[in-house]
Amino acid sequence: MARGYSLAALLRHALSGHRDWPAAWRMPEPKASYDVIIIGGGGHGLATAYYLAKNHGITNVAVLEKGWIGGGNTARNTTIIRSNYQQDGNARFYEHSVKLWEGLSRDLNFNVMFSQRGMINLFHTTAERDSWVRRYNSMRLNGIDAAVLGTAEIAALVPDLDLSPHGRHPVLGGVIQRRAGVARHDAVAWGFGRAADQRGVDIIQNCAVTGIVREGGRVVGVETTRGRILARKVASCVAGNSSRIGEMAGLRLPIESHLLQAMVSEPVKPFLNVVLSSGAHRVYVSQTDKGEVLIGGRLDGYNSYSQRGSLPVIEEIAAGAAALLPRLKRLRLMRSWAGLVDMTMDGSAIISKTPVEGFYLNGGWCYGGFKATPASGWCFAHLIANDAPHPLAERHRLDRFTTGHTINERGAGPAPHLH
Amino acid sequence: MLSIRCPVCGPRDEDEFVFGGDASAVRPADPMACDDQAWTAFLYRRDNPAGPHDELWFHRFGCRRWLRVRRDTRSHAIVAPPLLAEDAGAP
Amino acid sequence: MTQPFRLPGGDRIDRSQPLAFTFDGRAYEGYAGDTLASALIANGVHLVSRSFKYHRPRGIVGLGAEESNALLRIGTGDRAEPNMRATTVALTDGLVAQSQNRWPSLRFDLGQAADLLSRLLPAGFYYKTFMGPGDAWMVYEPYIRRAAGLGRPPDGADPDPYDKRHAHADVLIAGGGLAGLAAALAAGRRGERVILADEDITLGGAPFAGGEMVEGLPVADWIAGTAAKLSAMGNVRVLTRTTVVGTYDHGFAVLVESTERAGLRCRLWKVRARRLVLATGAIERPLVFPGNDRPGVMMASAALGYITRYAAAPGRRLAIVTNNDGAYRTAASLHDSGVAIAAVLDIRNDVDPAAQEAARQRAIPIHGGAVITRVDGRQRVTGLRWSAAGGGGRLACDGLCMSGGWIPTIHLHSQTRGTLRYDEAAHAFLPDRPIEGVRSVGACAGTFDAADAVAHGTAAGNDATPAAPLRRAAPAAPISVEQAFQGGGRKSFVDFQNDVTAADIRLAAREGYRSVEHLKRYTTLGMGTDQGKLGGLNGLSLLAAELGCAPSDVGTTTFRPPYTPVPFGALIGRDHGEGLQPSRYTALHDWHAAHGAVFNQAGSWVRPLFYRRDGESDLDAVNREVMAVRRNVGVIDVATLGKLDIQGPDAAELLDRLYTNSWKKLAVGRSRYGIMLREDGMVFDDGVTARLGEQHYLMSTTTGNAEAVVEHIELLLRTAWRGLRVFVTPVTEQWFAAALAGPNARRVLARVADGIDVTDKAMPHMSVRCGRVAGLTARVFRLSFSGELSYEINVPSADGPALWQRLLDAGRVDDLMVYGTESMGVLRIEKGHVVVGREADGRATPDDLGLAKLCATTKDYVGRRSLSLPALIEPGRKQLVGLVVERADDRLPVGAHVVAEGRAGPQESLGFITSQAYSPTLGRPIALALVKAGRDRMGQRLFATSPTASTSVAVMVSEPVFVDPEGKRLHA
Repeated sequence: MARGYSLAALLRHALSGHRDWPAAWRMPEPKASYDVIIIGGGGHGLATAYYLAKNHGITNVAVLEKGWIGGGNTARNTTIIRSNYQQDGNARFYEHSVKLWEGLSRDLNFNVMFSQRGMINLFHTTAERDSWVRRYNSMRLNGIDAAVLGTAEIAALVPDLDLSPHGRHPVLGGVIQRRAGVARHDAVAWGFGRAADQRGVDIIQNCAVTGIVREGGRVVGVETTRGRILARKVASCVAGNSSRIGEMAGLRLPIESHLLQAMVSEPVKPFLNVVLSSGAHRVYVSQTDKGEVLIGGRLDGYNSYSQRGSLPVIEEIAAGAAALLPRLKRLRLMRSWAGLVDMTMDGSAIISKTPVEGFYLNGGWCYGGFKATPASGWCFAHLIANDAPHPLAERHRLDRFTTGHTINERGAGPAPHLH
Repeated sequence: MLSIRCPVCGPRDEDEFVFGGDASAVRPADPMACDDQAWTAFLYRRDNPAGPHDELWFHRFGCRRWLRVRRDTRSHAIVAPPLLAEDAGAP
Repeated sequence: MTQPFRLPGGDRIDRSQPLAFTFDGRAYEGYAGDTLASALIANGVHLVSRSFKYHRPRGIVGLGAEESNALLRIGTGDRAEPNMRATTVALTDGLVAQSQNRWPSLRFDLGQAADLLSRLLPAGFYYKTFMGPGDAWMVYEPYIRRAAGLGRPPDGADPDPYDKRHAHADVLIAGGGLAGLAAALAAGRRGERVILADEDITLGGAPFAGGEMVEGLPVADWIAGTAAKLSAMGNVRVLTRTTVVGTYDHGFAVLVESTERAGLRCRLWKVRARRLVLATGAIERPLVFPGNDRPGVMMASAALGYITRYAAAPGRRLAIVTNNDGAYRTAASLHDSGVAIAAVLDIRNDVDPAAQEAARQRAIPIHGGAVITRVDGRQRVTGLRWSAAGGGGRLACDGLCMSGGWIPTIHLHSQTRGTLRYDEAAHAFLPDRPIEGVRSVGACAGTFDAADAVAHGTAAGNDATPAAPLRRAAPAAPISVEQAFQGGGRKSFVDFQNDVTAADIRLAAREGYRSVEHLKRYTTLGMGTDQGKLGGLNGLSLLAAELGCAPSDVGTTTFRPPYTPVPFGALIGRDHGEGLQPSRYTALHDWHAAHGAVFNQAGSWVRPLFYRRDGESDLDAVNREVMAVRRNVGVIDVATLGKLDIQGPDAAELLDRLYTNSWKKLAVGRSRYGIMLREDGMVFDDGVTARLGEQHYLMSTTTGNAEAVVEHIELLLRTAWRGLRVFVTPVTEQWFAAALAGPNARRVLARVADGIDVTDKAMPHMSVRCGRVAGLTARVFRLSFSGELSYEINVPSADGPALWQRLLDAGRVDDLMVYGTESMGVLRIEKGHVVVGREADGRATPDDLGLAKLCATTKDYVGRRSLSLPALIEPGRKQLVGLVVERADDRLPVGAHVVAEGRAGPQESLGFITSQAYSPTLGRPIALALVKAGRDRMGQRLFATSPTASTSVAVMVSEPVFVDPEGKRLHA
């Protein structure tokens, strides 16, 4: 495998001063037409392209990216991978994703650094306990690893956690999914991109879609900043901007775009070896391989396309994280950013055909897009190739918002900012 | 941090308010006359514009009134003076 | 000899106040006014840190916030703080500083093996290996994590206090250099409310080479005079050691003030300003050449600053490498302060001789067209080698100053969403179009001349554009690609902290990581604690050179807050401990606490679960309270229930539209139970509403939804239902409420009910009376949650403790038992009452909960239309059932699911338990559950299973009412 990555290749290239590494992907000009055009070169779009080529032999595919691949939410998330879902439709889908993650580095020949360090969700009240344990029991009934932890076990795994009974939300216990973890987010886009490219997929960066061309109600191609490109099938993977692409196809979607902020501290030596989450404090905390403490929280709470968050959420996230890990208080916030997420009306994603023939939608990932990346690509590729939903994603249909078959993990009402 | 000019209380920081969503999603006058498509369009479908967006905000830590605010979702600029929801003309 | 590199002079230090400090255990001395960096330099200490990846020895490179190398651990114990920039740490007596990221010592660091292996570790090497066999990454990752990171985290919880402060201003000025001072003066003179913030200890901005004049005064005098004028203005607030770290929407800015005082370490300012003047200056630009990271290689402006401010000489014999005219003036100043200048090496061939005049006068050697080929001295510069067309050679020096032009500090402008343009003269990005209300002035806008900066700032202070055009930046050459890529660029550092070299940038470009964001992420350029302040522009310039395009085509990465790292403590302020998400307590909290209450957090409320007596287990206590209510009488504090006062001619119409059942025929003095739905058909809230008068109702809501219900109703009244003539007023806090429940409840109430006839005939179930109870104005509602005869008594909140005490007194002869929410929960589970948040989990329709009979078919109400959507009427939905444990001494596990088989391993979940309790009435555990097609399963034997607890318990499916299904007790 001449273009392969390995320790041997690294040694070999060291001898030539790393002057001969090939480009990770080609930079082709768009062809006049493709079998499939995927709009959006994030993790989901590139994974879809990869699995179209690998699983279905469909290689005459273009991924059109308005900026640079992996530059949207793939670049802006908290990198957590887990499958701790309860509702029918979500649990097995996300578990399939975790399984794909487990072999992904070797499959792609690109180290995505999937670190299965385990994720602990803390509970602070008996009501929270009941609901977390119920959820983790449902995981076990679905064949997914899950366990309940007492405070002593938690203390052993997270020595820095404040387990005193005096805090505002004393920790009662927690649940853990040991196979959960984190991965290197950028590497996911690059790895899928490189692997898709090697199978013949054209990745076309700096190519924004400006219109969806339809003839007689059927999609025949797209208008782009680099001209019209024809395709029999057009698939949207632009979570955060799904409504905009949907509008081009004449669709009004059950989606709003919202801001989700995250932040990192300055890098310090490892002191947190699991992913930690608390509902009462509304935070997710982990430590990156570089040593930064990575913290995510809730939505800013109002529609936005600005990728520019507000201070109150940052303050709230900081307070919540430090309540769990008091040592954080004297560390410093180094960088904060905001992602632009598709929030659906039930808090679950959409992988679906649409009323427009030839137009397929993958979006509405809410908080959960990163962990879903491989399964999303897997199932979406299946849908595009077969014009029938993959069994794992058959409940993620768009028309559930007409029939009422919503997948509502949180039980919140039909308002995106509540999920 | 948005500053929203409440018609009752004056300019206030966003953390005094609660977001109430798209103001254009108004309950049909006769829901039972709607077919599933029309009803769920009200219930679930939104324009989600990248640009001016009419939305509802509740002044929870102030006068406890619902406001209708026209805000640009790209810049967050509030592009028209907020009104009390009941003064905002036909919904 | 102490402080061997201290020169005479220094306008910031006070030699009368020597301060002792230690670095890596060794004692040093400095002066009041020193920064830690200047004190180290005065002591000849340059090696202060190890780099992130290769563990290369590193020295102090900058003067202030831009510092990327000198990151030290300051303090000890709980107050130890990692990654502090020595350049911004004010020296204090007894300060303890330690180097980081090295083992066993700074001078001898085993981690530097990484440097020897650096050929194997180019940018992104980890993406290409560690992939197998097996879970290889899980094996390698711990090693990589340990090698990464910088300092150790603090040892414990931070004991220091932090605070926050809000302020409003007409003008907020970020930066107190010449332009910022001028802006503050002008705005102050206009009478505007001004806040001027500067990150430095002293106003004045970047160090000046001397000789520059402003308004006829030497720069230093002008600064001092202006600062004095500002401090005399009541409308101007000057904050030093205060950094504007972020700008947000609508003129909002966040400032961090390092007070470093006992009692307050740091203060976060939240400023809302009408106008924002950015006078954030510029950062000197490093040059990229082999060995540019050696300890002793420093920015020229930093060297000048250390000497002029602190009289701390970065060396005795300095070389200067440059690409611009300004370096010659700096060289002259350095020379004049007593430091030998080995040479000025200028990358350019053609330099205006006038620019060099000052250096020539001082006989400083000048070499044009010179390229540095290496820097000698691993832990401290000892010399350098250079080459030029006409020769080259070795130069002995103990310090090397880099002067690569200036990088305007455009962060805040960019954070506000102002646009940028690349300036071909300055070779840097400058603000282009600002958003409304924002102006950039002075060096951050490309105005480097002192007099021009003042003119620029003055204009902005007057909210005007400058009258005369401003001079362009002093010419500098672009970054020298030739110099950077010598030897492949492997030792030419672009980002010092993260060890990103010119070679890494070339590799990234070759491999296709060609967007500036890809470059950053692939190489980690600009990802360090300085966030690319020093290296970012050089990195993208080299990328542009590699790609053969202009830097403007490459663009910049996004500038994100904060400008400099912000202590989490400052963001948290007082939101910790009990100050975090404050709790609500009822009027009786102290009484509960004094009587053995075990409390529970229910949303924001703190409520008693039960009251423990000596020797009782939790279950004993609950059973005692439950049985007292079932057999005798109990009293509970229910003040937290939401209460809405509803008045107006259309009040009944409103209730009709909100609740699923009908309200128009409810008589005055009667009450009714109702459920509300969300528009998607799911149960949202429930409660009893009483009709107090012709047009007057009192609605009760669940505790958790009290606020949400108000907002829900208000929204409908202000939008879709504007025509309704009704007012809704939340009155939860206005009323205290206690419930008397049990067969003897009436007897107790009768003793205190002044003139209210509480007999069943006069006051039947679901009726309400207003009057006096125990001498207090009261409303009495006969209703029941427990299934027993029960009254809820409301009195004004202030009377709550009195009512409570008088009820206890009146009930003493009957052994009136106080009970808590846990016991109430058992009672309601026995009675099969659903609870919002448990059974009504946001996914349950009225029919799912067996409440379809409450849904009228003759009127519209919120959510009704959704109830006929296909998914809501299809068979197989989860329905509410009761579960009775088969064997009385089995215990139900928490979080149990309901399954068909009592075995371990995966199987289909039929549903789950929503609430469970040990029923003292039945003498065994019972539960409410939502089970698929549950109503068709009556009498089935199923299992309640908790795989995480390896428990499975046989249960019988029953109707979800365990006690008194006929309701005789409540009508007693």
